[in-house]
Amino acid sequence: MKAAKVVLLCLAGALSAGCQREDRAYRSNPVASETREEIALVSIAPGPNPPAVYTTGKGREFENNAFHLSQGKRLYSWFNCNGCHANGGGGMGPPLIDDRWIYGGSIENIVATIREGRPNGMPSFRGKIPDDQIWEVAAYVRSMSGNVPKSAAPARRDDMHPGPAENRTATSPPVPGGIVPPSGQMPQ
Amino acid sequence: MRRPATILVLLLALAGCNTIQSPLDPASPQAHDLNRLFWIFVAVLGAIWLAVMVALAVALRAPRPAGADPLATDRGRDRRFGIVITGLAVATGVMVLVLTGLSYAAQRRLFAVEEEAVTIRVMGQQWWWQFTYEDVDASRTFITANEFHVPVGKPVKVKLNAVDVIHSFWVPSLMGKQDLIPGRENDIRFVAERPGVYRGQCAEFCGLQHAHMGLLVVVEAPEDFERWREAQISAAQPPTDSERQKGLEAFLSKPCVMCHTVRGTPAGGRTGPDLTHVGGRLTLAAGTLPMSRGNLAAWIVDPHGIKPGVNMPLIKLDPDELNSIAAYLEGLK
Amino acid sequence: MSATAATNEASDLRDTALDGPELRVRLSKTWGTESGLWGALTTVDHKIIGRRYLITTFVFLFLAGLAAVAMRLQLAQPESKLIGPDLYNQLFTMHGTTMMFLFGVPVGEAFAVYLVPLMVGTRNIAFPRLNAFSYWVFLFGGLFLWISFFLNIGPDVGWFAYVPLSGPEFSPGKRADTWAQMITFTEVAGLAVAIEIVVTVLKQRAPGMTLDRIPLFVWAVFINSLVIIFALPAVVVASSFLIMDRLIGTHLFNPAEGGDALLFQHLFWFFGHPEVYIIFLPATGMVSAIVVTFARRQAFGYLALVLSLIAVAFLSFGLWVHHMFTTGLPQLGYAFFTASSMLIAVPNGLQIFCWIATLWDGRPDFKTPLLFVLGFFFIFVAGGLSGVLLASVPLDTQVHDTYFVVAHFHYVLIGGAVFPILGAIYYWFPKFTGRMLSERLGRWHFWLAFVGFNVAFFAMHISGLMGMPRRVYTYTAEMNWGALNLVSTIGALMLAASFALFLFNILRSMRVGAIAGDNPWGAGTLEWATASPPPPHNFDRIPFVTSREPLWAERDSLPVVTGLRVDNRELIASTVTEARAELREPSPEPSIWPFLAAIATGITFVASIFSPWAVVWGGALVAITLIGWFWPKGSKEDEG
Repeated sequence: MKAAKVVLLCLAGALSAGCQREDRAYRSNPVASETREEIALVSIAPGPNPPAVYTTGKGREFENNAFHLSQGKRLYSWFNCNGCHANGGGGMGPPLIDDRWIYGGSIENIVATIREGRPNGMPSFRGKIPDDQIWEVAAYVRSMSGNVPKSAAPARRDDMHPGPAENRTATSPPVPGGIVPPSGQMPQ
Repeated sequence: MRRPATILVLLLALAGCNTIQSPLDPASPQAHDLNRLFWIFVAVLGAIWLAVMVALAVALRAPRPAGADPLATDRGRDRRFGIVITGLAVATGVMVLVLTGLSYAAQRRLFAVEEEAVTIRVMGQQWWWQFTYEDVDASRTFITANEFHVPVGKPVKVKLNAVDVIHSFWVPSLMGKQDLIPGRENDIRFVAERPGVYRGQCAEFCGLQHAHMGLLVVVEAPEDFERWREAQISAAQPPTDSERQKGLEAFLSKPCVMCHTVRGTPAGGRTGPDLTHVGGRLTLAAGTLPMSRGNLAAWIVDPHGIKPGVNMPLIKLDPDELNSIAAYLEGLK
Repeated sequence: MSATAATNEASDLRDTALDGPELRVRLSKTWGTESGLWGALTTVDHKIIGRRYLITTFVFLFLAGLAAVAMRLQLAQPESKLIGPDLYNQLFTMHGTTMMFLFGVPVGEAFAVYLVPLMVGTRNIAFPRLNAFSYWVFLFGGLFLWISFFLNIGPDVGWFAYVPLSGPEFSPGKRADTWAQMITFTEVAGLAVAIEIVVTVLKQRAPGMTLDRIPLFVWAVFINSLVIIFALPAVVVASSFLIMDRLIGTHLFNPAEGGDALLFQHLFWFFGHPEVYIIFLPATGMVSAIVVTFARRQAFGYLALVLSLIAVAFLSFGLWVHHMFTTGLPQLGYAFFTASSMLIAVPNGLQIFCWIATLWDGRPDFKTPLLFVLGFFFIFVAGGLSGVLLASVPLDTQVHDTYFVVAHFHYVLIGGAVFPILGAIYYWFPKFTGRMLSERLGRWHFWLAFVGFNVAFFAMHISGLMGMPRRVYTYTAEMNWGALNLVSTIGALMLAASFALFLFNILRSMRVGAIAGDNPWGAGTLEWATASPPPPHNFDRIPFVTSREPLWAERDSLPVVTGLRVDNRELIASTVTEARAELREPSPEPSIWPFLAAIATGITFVASIFSPWAVVWGGALVAITLIGWFWPKGSKEDEG
């Protein structure tokens, strides 16, 4: 009896994961505006605890959803992120497939980076990319370093092949405290 | 040969079948050829079907006596049956040969190559059509979307490329369809023989909005075509009234420029359809809505209500911005 | 000499030693299946497995039919908001995939599994444990697909899932993988049954059943099995390549890296065209059986009918490019496929002519099975002729991928396969269950289905000619397709109602139908020589066959062959052409290993769409179950 319950629970878990992964939520909420994420750009705060961070949880919805991730992959090239970040290896801009994040590697930090822009060349896309699409691109960027479920991560493009697709890259979790001060990486 | 075809077309008309996208409404020599071949096949095959049904009906009325031995056979009858059936099989073979021959002859005519006067490159994408008019002089090439014009009576070559998945270019009044396959370039040639507006539609399942991937071909007199072409080549005129000026400013400050191009302004996005002369097109969203200011506004405010799943995202706009942008776009003739 | 051998010699009980009821009781005991769950999981009785196949395929038919009704309701009006594009895409994919892979092919195999051993006069199908395994694999594949659909992981790319749409870039998630792997399940099951049929027909026929005395239904499913064996591997290759592209990043269908989107189409349609003949050929066998019985005359042109089946089987492999006439391949090559596609009308036509001749020279008895066969003639001939039209390249460029094609293939599939199958159910239901289906309800069923079908699908020829493409979830009002679509929807609802009536007829007749007896129709083939439903061992003594229609030839009682054991499972293996008895062949006992092997296979297949390592670990699991399956038992069946 207990075994049956366990099996059923596992099944339910697997099933709901499937539902979440496969949803095609293409219509954004027309009324909602930009989500308000309270993030930290550094990992230090006074006292023994890490910085207080408040997130809306929207990131989970996007990171676990195959449709959003694949749309993010398309938007990445349509909005010419390749121009500075290439296929994740970086160029003028820093690489996105590694574990070093100057301004934080959680999806909320990446969303903030895209919205606000960053010194030394990252434009601010607020008002130019709708907010849900920013989340899609950010979720895709997270998948580039293997930080989304493999079953949801995008597979290879029907294009020339720059490297293993996101569903086959090794996971590189953002290194805690692995934040490099700008001056150390890019001289002014 | 004409009468049965006319009767059938009349029957269709009686059924209320006004067609706007039909191979039975030909407007080019290619489509006429196909139409004729179609009716020949229908007549021959229909006659065969009728003959088989009559034979079956007669067969059901020819009973053996009750209680007869099911294994008993009349050798003479059997031989007669055998001869008739052999004859019918041979006749079927002959019919097949004849129809194959007719079909092959039509095939050769249909795909014959003639020096083209206008070349258009089609890039099919999910879920709209990009048309590039090619020209020897590079400054005379231009890009438009979802509607293209051709001069009447001149051979047209349409080159077919796919950007993402397989689509199929089909304007039944003008020509049969060919697929747009990534990695291949196919082509279609036709000559339009009378002016008019002909509708086409994507004919290979390509995803969520395959149902709403229509296109229009406008066939006009050569002078009108040249006039249209000159207007298309030119950049968008700067707006003359204040509302459209506000619309242009709003357009440039919003996400629109990330995907759309309006030549003559800084907007140079290449992901979505070219909007330089969008107001002059007859429809919007790949043949889904008639062009009008209201429809432009409806499309911009909620593309997913009209074509759920399109790549155009929901853009948040104030009512004033929306109205002025719609006015601006409508004026881009 | 071992002790068991000694015991064996002593208890070598043959069917010459017993007679009448006692023989039947002993044989039933030897060949019977235990009751309860264990018996159900371990049975190797082809009749039980055939019945399961039949019920399961009809469940899938009803599910796919419901999907179709939903689609038709959405299309009844322009710009209807009943069903959105995503769900609609899943519905038509599920409808097509289920009808083709989970109903069309397996139902012919279901009839074959049940009837072929009875019709050739043997006790069980060849490889009975493989038969059990194939059913479980088929069931698991179908459940996998439909459970995925209810979990929003159902495929949405069409039943033939062209790349690049179904490829890694444009089909995110696991939906397309569900489609591809379901195919692997059903193809394993299909291949297994095909092999069993071929061996049963070649090696287990009753003595005296020479090649020209084999019933036409058996010929049809035998030739069909050969087509299955050659065609199915192509689709497994196509679907496996697709999974590989999606999961591990191969570039088989990526033009930018040397692959080709058309490769998928070639691989798929090389299977896909024979597939429709795989669905059609058993139906021709059913038509032959029903026409002969209800015309009360042996088949006219037996040789021509058999040779036509063989010709169709061969020719069906040379037609596949007619599905690709608009892809831009060379025109001369296309012309070849026009010729071959039209040519297949000749053997098909020959069959039609022979059947009509049989009816002409016979005395038609208009019971429900014959009504459905007459419906088959009306509908299938129309569909076949519209196929000749589609075979023409130039015409195809206008009607390809429109509702004209939808009309064509529903005419040939529903007319050519479903109607004969429904007739076959009315014909063989008494044999399967011992009760007759209601004639009155049968007539109502037939006419409702016939009228509903024609109303629904004839209108589609016209809407296709008015420019309506396939696979559109809606259309604008200005296209003027609304009236025709409404007509089609009304017809579809009538057809659905006829299926509801059919289900009612079956459920009612199983309880209160007239008792059938051995041979209610007075037919001539061997399955009618035993009780209804047949005992587990099929025949008390194996018949000796002297004619194509044994029961019509031997009016009083069938000659039989004696000498088989009664206390062990034994049947007769005979020579291939002349069916001279060669061996007493032991037949396997019930076993749990086929069920376990099917579970292991299912786990391997499902897990392998998530990780390639599943193939390795799952393969090890399957190997363990196969070791259990083939473990030498030294059982009594290996001796004597």
